[in-house]
Amino acid sequence: MDRNDVVKRYEPVKDNMLNILHELQNNNPSNYLTTEDLKWVAEYLNTTYSSVYGVVRYYSMFSLKPRGKFVIRVCNSPLCHMVDDDKLIQSIKNQLSIGLDETTDDSLFSLESSECLGHCAEAPVMMINDKVYKNLNSSKIENIFQSIRSNEKNKKL
Amino acid sequence: MISEYKIALKSIGKYDPNQIEDYITIGGYKSVRKALSIQPEKIIDSVINSGLRGRGGAGFSTGLKEKFTNQSKGIQKFVICNADEGEPGTFKDRVIMEQDPHVLLEGMLISAYAIQATKAYIYIRGEYTESIKKLQTALKQANEKGFIGKNIFNSGFDLDFEIKLGAGSYLCGEELTLLESLEGKRGYPRIKPPFPAEKGLFGKPTLVNNVETFAHIPYIIEKGAEHYKSMGTDDSPGTKIFTISGDVKKPGYYETEMGVSLRELIYDFAGGIKDNKDFYAAILGGAAGTFVNETVLDTPMAYDTLKEKGAVLGSGAIMIMSEGRSLFDMTNSILEFFKHESCGKCVPCRIGMPQLLLIMENVKNNKLERLEALNLLLNESEYMAKSSLCPLGQSPILPIKSLKQYFENQF
Ligand SMILES: Cc1cc2nc3c(=O)[nH]c(=O)nc-3n(C[C@H](O)[C@H](O)[C@H](O)COP(=O)(O)O)c2cc1C
Ligand code: SF4
Ligand code: FES
Repeated sequence: MDRNDVVKRYEPVKDNMLNILHELQNNNPSNYLTTEDLKWVAEYLNTTYSSVYGVVRYYSMFSLKPRGKFVIRVCNSPLCHMVDDDKLIQSIKNQLSIGLDETTDDSLFSLESSECLGHCAEAPVMMINDKVYKNLNSSKIENIFQSIRSNEKNKKL
Repeated sequence: MISEYKIALKSIGKYDPNQIEDYITIGGYKSVRKALSIQPEKIIDSVINSGLRGRGGAGFSTGLKEKFTNQSKGIQKFVICNADEGEPGTFKDRVIMEQDPHVLLEGMLISAYAIQATKAYIYIRGEYTESIKKLQTALKQANEKGFIGKNIFNSGFDLDFEIKLGAGSYLCGEELTLLESLEGKRGYPRIKPPFPAEKGLFGKPTLVNNVETFAHIPYIIEKGAEHYKSMGTDDSPGTKIFTISGDVKKPGYYETEMGVSLRELIYDFAGGIKDNKDFYAAILGGAAGTFVNETVLDTPMAYDTLKEKGAVLGSGAIMIMSEGRSLFDMTNSILEFFKHESCGKCVPCRIGMPQLLLIMENVKNNKLERLEALNLLLNESEYMAKSSLCPLGQSPILPIKSLKQYFENQF
């Protein structure tokens, strides 16, 4: 949803802040909030830039720097951690040649760790954008990345 | 053998959550219709008499909360559903929202009417994308049907709903922090009192309940308080969803009467320990929960009986560890979780969390004996519990104290 849609759907009241920030971030192909976004939100909600900035910095789902088209969130909470025999985060780092909170050179993937994603019965778990992937191991993850990559290639053709 | 008994989950799998018509066919919204023809105070009495206690973790009487909110002065009042589910090992609210979003709307409608609320909010964690979609659809359809909005079922009662998203903070599940977040601020806790019933959202009287708690309300209205109270234990009536994960053959969610034993949950419901190993430890209630050993296997799972054993029921999360698993690693992981989620507003928690992990680090580097480390952890977490501003800083003492009680020599 872009700014025009936000104006149509959300009243300019401060309690809409988080919802609006989500909408703007989702609308950005690089999954982040720009300085312009923050300024615009501050003006729209009749508040200060610093209070918007403070909110964005507090919540881990928001990013102030460009991320990949696909944001990977790997659950790092106790249960997933316990049953994760393949050290998934390390394995993803190796597969994508990036570290935590970094983005691949082709701007396709960013890697983040997350707390419990509420699918502990199917641990270990990760999300890529809106989708949950369960009962993971490193080879499954390799396949998931591969299919996303080939999908993206086909789109470009 | 004890069987499942479903209240919160009673309509799961029986209708398509994207079709309100389906839900109406199986009796949906009957309870709301019934409730709106009863005096609000009578509804509150029923909920008090049912003995229902909050399923979000703290176990406070739901009816009393309604009563206090109802008695608070104010024209504007709010009802809020706490759908921020983030306690490790807990996934019951997600199941309800994804598969039976309407029971939640029903429970909220009835509660809102009972306290004469003017608006309803669902505060849901941002990562629960599927639940969010299901709730949006359910709200839209309920609106079109006239089940929410103006003059609901010709009762003269109006109620609008809004969905508010969280954005990745466990602490925002704490009810006062949730209010801050919902108001569009950073998730810094408020000081208690005042409680939400008195001064909540925007300073107005507010009822905050968990998803599972709301899901019990239509049932209580339909079947009556006496029937509800006849289930479970005297102290903890009704049913509870237990979410079992870890080293069991069939991890998942199981709803049954309060008072079921851990043994029954593990061996009858969840198929027993995986790979035919022996049971070693369970963590009850999530990260802000307690470790227990086999001596608790036959204790009834209810608020008071677990408390007598130094354990908590919490959200109903049960994480199972089989023989061979490391309590030390698990504890480390729990402490990492808390450190990550501490908001840093107050000193004891901001400094204390890294301090706890430093103790763990010293054990890993062979600078500290394990038993000595456990005593240090206990000492430190006790300070934190006494001096932290909000319940998060008061949480590490729970797992640590229980380790000392049940696993002193195995840490
Ligand atoms: C750090 C922390 C996180 C919490 N997270 C949740 C949560 O995700 N969902 C929830 O219902 N209650 C959570 N609670 C408990 C709430 O503060 C509150 O007790 C609950 O919403 C009340 O609803 P109930 O009476 O229906 O249980 C949390 C508490 C703390 C201290
Ligand atoms: S106890 Fe921890 S989470 Fe709570 S206010 Fe203090 S620093 Fe923040
Ligand atoms: S601990 Fe990973 S999904 Fe719950």
